[in-house]
Amino acid sequence: MIDLTKKHRDIPGFIFINLVRLMFGFLVLLLFLILGKIFIEGIGIISFEFIFDEPRNNMTEGGIFPAIFGTIAVTLIMILMAVPLGVCSAIYLNEYAKDSFFTRIIRTSVNNLAGVPSIVFGLFGLGFFILFIGQGIDEVLETGLLFGQPALIWASSTLAVLVLPIVIVSTLEALNSVPKSHRDASYGLGATKWQTVKNVVLPQARPGILTGTILAISRGAGETAPILFLGAAFFLPNLPVTDLCIGDYCIPMINPAKQFMYLAYHIFILATQSANPTKTLPLQYGSTLVLITLTFLLNITAILFRYRFRKILGKL
Amino acid sequence: MKETKILTEKLSLYYSEKQALNDISLEIPEKRVTAFIGPSGCGKSTFLRVLNRMNDLIDNVRIEGKVYVDGVDIYERNIDVVNLRKSIGMVFQKANLFPKSIFENLVYGPRINGINDKKALDEIVETTLHQAAIWDEVKDRLNENALSLSGGQQQRLCIARALAVKPEIILMDEPASALDPLSTSKIEELIHDLKKKYTIVIVTHNMQQAARVSDNTAFFYLGELIEYDRTTKIFTNPSIKQTEDYITGRFG
Repeated sequence: MIDLTKKHRDIPGFIFINLVRLMFGFLVLLLFLILGKIFIEGIGIISFEFIFDEPRNNMTEGGIFPAIFGTIAVTLIMILMAVPLGVCSAIYLNEYAKDSFFTRIIRTSVNNLAGVPSIVFGLFGLGFFILFIGQGIDEVLETGLLFGQPALIWASSTLAVLVLPIVIVSTLEALNSVPKSHRDASYGLGATKWQTVKNVVLPQARPGILTGTILAISRGAGETAPILFLGAAFFLPNLPVTDLCIGDYCIPMINPAKQFMYLAYHIFILATQSANPTKTLPLQYGSTLVLITLTFLLNITAILFRYRFRKILGKL
Repeated sequence: MKETKILTEKLSLYYSEKQALNDISLEIPEKRVTAFIGPSGCGKSTFLRVLNRMNDLIDNVRIEGKVYVDGVDIYERNIDVVNLRKSIGMVFQKANLFPKSIFENLVYGPRINGINDKKALDEIVETTLHQAAIWDEVKDRLNENALSLSGGQQQRLCIARALAVKPEIILMDEPASALDPLSTSKIEELIHDLKKKYTIVIVTHNMQQAARVSDNTAFFYLGELIEYDRTTKIFTNPSIKQTEDYITGRFG
């Protein structure tokens, strides 16, 4: 007779599952320690004044508004450059380009580009955007030193190059996830390639594209190294804003030629370059908390998009 | 004998170096149902896709020979593939409705043809749903997601969607292979009704289905057309041994 009561002991399995649990627990603990420390130390200084005021007294008092504003301005322009370029490149690669040796090289390069250290992008930005393009424009237009110096636009451009692979790869994945059968249905009804892309592929890929875009924003907003040489200012209470006037009517616009403060860079400065790093400790924690909250909110938005997308897919 | 709608002459097709179809010459009569049968991988679906140039979408496909639809060589350089596919509708093995409402699915074809008038679209929806014999089942839920319908309803809606662009020929690639017997018989009845107006070419694995719905049957094996004749002849008195072996279940 078969004995069904005798328990089978799987000792290696038991050891493995508990090892995995332990590792996981350690990771969660680490995460909570870091976030908890930042939250506890930083929350005390967060106030209306901290968010909306400028740094004072050698950056040992006051707020961080210029840094928040600079971060938002730089990432906004970065998005305007990286997203159209990245999404269009991905659409071309996935929908139009034939599978050839050349396109395979491009795909591999894009994937490799995502793994390049960000300081390399910074040096690239300095060499390419400021020294080559900027000074090139200066020479051609004979404007003196106008474009060939660190500025918001060059920082945004460099960050755009940095996040481009993220946008391209996530868009490629989103396009790939649209079933071939839906494309066949569209072609079978006499749709052209562009009609199929516009009416069938893009609507279904949109949430995936948005997710990738938002992840790119949060990556770009948190970078420090690439903007070191590209216009991030040590201390600059003035916002990179100029009034754009049409007749008597003026609206303040982001001025891409100016230098700016940047949250991630500001934290680095406070911690290493300030006159009194110990005194600025609460400011550092506060700034870090603001930066983390900003990127966290962006990531949450990305997760919500993905969730909505899965729900739609789940109905299929 | 009815007039010839589709004619292929010495048609061969290669995927890169691999030959998938070899020297196929076939006449498909107008307003009749023509069935393609044969074991998996025999080339019957590939051949079906030659007829509306769906194979153009695959890289490295090479075609030799001629395909005439209404006497016009459809692989001629000045042929517009988009117009060709509008006059030759296609229904696929798995229902492939878009994740949109029933209404939006049906008007997809007319819309890309530039019909945007709401009244005209409403009319197209109603007539095609009647033609596809699914009007009563969906008339009250035209704005619901098409993917909430049952599998059989979805496939009939796919047929309706194909009818909405007013084709003359309908190609069906194993349209009932994923459906239950009841839905299958509904599709078969539908095919029977549709042949009054349309030329239908159907690929099927199910030999009883071919016997039930078609007027002519072509038997494919390893990329070759083995036998092509009236369905009654193929199923009662095939002239070639391989055909007989296949339909009696000795291989395949």
